[in-house]
Amino acid sequence: MNQTQNILDVTKEQSEKKLMLEIVDLRKSFGNNHVLNGFNLELFEGENLVIMGKSGSGKSVMIKCLVGLMQADSGSIKVMGKDITKLNRVELDNIRTEIGFLFQGNALYDSMTVRENLEFPLRRHKKKFENLTDTTPLITEALESVGLAHTVNLMPSELSGGMKKRIALARALILKPKIILYDEPTSGLDPITSKEIIELMRRVQKQYKTSSLIITHDVDCARVVSERMILLVDGTNYAEGTFTELASSNDEQVKAFFK
Amino acid sequence: MQKNSAIKSFFIEIGELTYFAGRFFKEVFSRPFEFKELLRQCYSIGNRSILLVGVTGFIIGLVLTLQTRPTLQEFGAESWMPSMVSISIIREIGPVIIALTFAGRIASGIGAELGSMRVTEQIDAMEVSGTNPFKFLVVTRILAATIMLPILVIFGDAIALYGSYIIENAKGDVSFVLYFNKVFKALEFSDLIPATIKTFFFGFAIALVGCFKGYNCKKGTVGVGKAANSAVVYASMLLFILDFIAVFITDIFFEI
Repeated sequence: MNQTQNILDVTKEQSEKKLMLEIVDLRKSFGNNHVLNGFNLELFEGENLVIMGKSGSGKSVMIKCLVGLMQADSGSIKVMGKDITKLNRVELDNIRTEIGFLFQGNALYDSMTVRENLEFPLRRHKKKFENLTDTTPLITEALESVGLAHTVNLMPSELSGGMKKRIALARALILKPKIILYDEPTSGLDPITSKEIIELMRRVQKQYKTSSLIITHDVDCARVVSERMILLVDGTNYAEGTFTELASSNDEQVKAFFK
Repeated sequence: MQKNSAIKSFFIEIGELTYFAGRFFKEVFSRPFEFKELLRQCYSIGNRSILLVGVTGFIIGLVLTLQTRPTLQEFGAESWMPSMVSISIIREIGPVIIALTFAGRIASGIGAELGSMRVTEQIDAMEVSGTNPFKFLVVTRILAATIMLPILVIFGDAIALYGSYIIENAKGDVSFVLYFNKVFKALEFSDLIPATIKTFFFGFAIALVGCFKGYNCKKGTVGVGKAANSAVVYASMLLFILDFIAVFITDIFFEI
């Protein structure tokens, strides 16, 4: 009875919140390899949603379809109510300013300084900020939010792995997006730096009031940041719930994720 | 069977390269224009190649004069040296050799640079940040190489003629004014213009192949090496094909 009430409460709470991302029946194949088989997702305003799945389960393909880096075979992807599969290049670029993307390998432009890395997204989207003549305050604010204001003139090659991740996050935040996509935010980092990045993700979410979609293998990361989780198996939603609900599941496949 | 698949993949690659070139022509005339990046690329490409082109040109001039001198001497025709060397250099040797060294430097450089940007997701990051990476990375590099190669070839040709003069001066005691008087008397616009026009196509082809290979790079760091390597090979082959077409067309219009 209590559990039913809880589900009803959560559903009511979610229906009152704005839907930021909605994926319906997403399918993507590469030849005979069906990577996504009718994947569904809803991300609400201010929510932290974690997607966990084994390697090759379609997580990265899904996130690439979400930002238009890959074309899905079928299904719809709505970002703040707009179906991105039906947008032209200019409309897609405009909607992309509302999405920050933290790449697994950081993807910092290695021929540019930290400042130029952060300035790059602003080049074509200055109109998002009224009367923006000087980009320095925005850059300083983004760098301060990740605690690396002193690195502004350094090259990416002069930074450690954790610092690169923070700068990549600062770049994802520079356009003040409403949604942030994290692709394996703690991969390749030592446990201490991973904890710092997880803490930073929580802090940034509070400061910028973003909705976050986090793809990860890291159970610790999922435990700390998730409000809701989806387990992706063979390109489709296998299980959904809070971390506690899934961690205490009796299903063998679900249990395997938390071992 | 293996032969068939190699032929098939060759034609697929030609098709993809043609599509890539078509995309360049579509994007080059559409807004927004990346003028700042174009100037940066012109500076970078020109600056990276100028020393190499200068040294190559100088050696071409020296070697060509040294090798040709004994034969002309045999016929008592040393006085023909400036006209013979200048026509050879301006019409053919200068543009082709300098374009080949340019291909070695620029096509591999672009292939490796864009290839590593592709495998480290930097190109995806540009796309996600709302910048058209094709326009920013590809269009600017192709335009810069198309603009810079003719300038570099003219510079290289001048250095080659100076190299030739040094040998003539050392061996035959010819003055600078006399040597270059003979050079300008021998040269006509029909030598210079077709040779310069073809270098625009050489520059375009070199950067197009480098960008194509780098932009479509796959398979991690191994792919980057392959992209850089095959960019030079394809660009060099394409250069000779373009040179043949250029000489053929020049022959029709100027009767060389």
